[in-house]
Amino acid sequence: MAEFNLPKNSRLTEGKTWPKPEGARNIREFRIYRWDPDGESNPRMDTYFVDLDDCGPMILDAILWIKNKVDPTLTFRRSCREGICGSCAMNIDGTNTLACTKGMDEVSGVVKIYPLPHMPVVKDLVPDLTRFYAQHASIEPWLKTDTPAPQKEWRQSPEDREHLDGLYECILCACCSTSCPSYWWNGDRYLGPAALLQAYRWLIDSRDEATGERLDNLEDPFRLYRCHTIMNCSNACPKGLNPAKAIAEIKKMMVARQV
Amino acid sequence: MHSNPHSIRTPAARVRGLGSARSGTHHFWMTRVTGMANVVLTLAFVMIVLMLAKADYAGALKIVGHPLAAIPLLLFVGSAAIHMRLGMQVIIEDYVHSEGAKVALLMLNTFFAVAIGLASAYAILKIGFAS
Repeated sequence: MAEFNLPKNSRLTEGKTWPKPEGARNIREFRIYRWDPDGESNPRMDTYFVDLDDCGPMILDAILWIKNKVDPTLTFRRSCREGICGSCAMNIDGTNTLACTKGMDEVSGVVKIYPLPHMPVVKDLVPDLTRFYAQHASIEPWLKTDTPAPQKEWRQSPEDREHLDGLYECILCACCSTSCPSYWWNGDRYLGPAALLQAYRWLIDSRDEATGERLDNLEDPFRLYRCHTIMNCSNACPKGLNPAKAIAEIKKMMVARQV
Repeated sequence: MHSNPHSIRTPAARVRGLGSARSGTHHFWMTRVTGMANVVLTLAFVMIVLMLAKADYAGALKIVGHPLAAIPLLLFVGSAAIHMRLGMQVIIEDYVHSEGAKVALLMLNTFFAVAIGLASAYAILKIGFAS
């Protein structure tokens, strides 16, 4: 059966409460998931207090402040700090999003941060995305043509180029796929919203000549049809994209070539 | 086939698995077709049940025996049984991950839908041909 409980050694325990910053008048409480692979202990929730007068406005600013000033062992991924690299995807206040584009003022009360759900954890807020990347690779996200390459570029009309809007912006942060219950239960066979949005990006690229072959590879009760239009993906996407719609469009293409 | 997360197979091998089944669209389409049919047929079914509620036993037999009631009822039974089988199949595939239990439940699901559908159809036809 699908597992609804975490294994015994993955269950959360109460962690350490770190001291409040001295002399700070404007304090925000953070509760952050911690797990250290070097050791036998269960994951724990640590409590930190951030001096807002000494810190930037975003969640990423706060966890960087904690790492720099309170606890250097706190581990997370981050890079661009402006929502374009997708590294700092994590579960903040119950929603998968990017720490760098989520403002502290968007969360009321204590800020609770967990790693992206239902993925193996490498350490603290760092999930193992190996399978997620392999799924993206499996849809062959590159232009496929049999026609010899033209002297200059592959041409595309402005109208056809517009079809790629709302798709090419995906940064592969994995917020959508890891918010999807179908991906939680069947992530080993279901490709998930991120890979399918990318698949659709190549399916409707007017320059691509492998549309039928791409559809063949997706036509599967699990790879594609595990999507039950739950829509968590579209709610979660920090870039405002709509993976659920892209998947629905793939299903329409599947029907269109049969009916 | 559920892959073992601790396997030393490459991620690509695990994701590709047994390859695409090249099917699923018929299932998807039939779910929609029977879903649409059920919208209309359920309305007819409810109307017939309301008429039956007002009638005595002899009157009820007469209503069900009439072709204008019997045929929508038969269509409803067929469409609902197919829709039920397709929907339950998806739920089993979603949540039951042990291969043996999954195959057994998928078979039972089909047997159940066929049995319920045929039993209901038999009852309607019996009344219809008796009157």
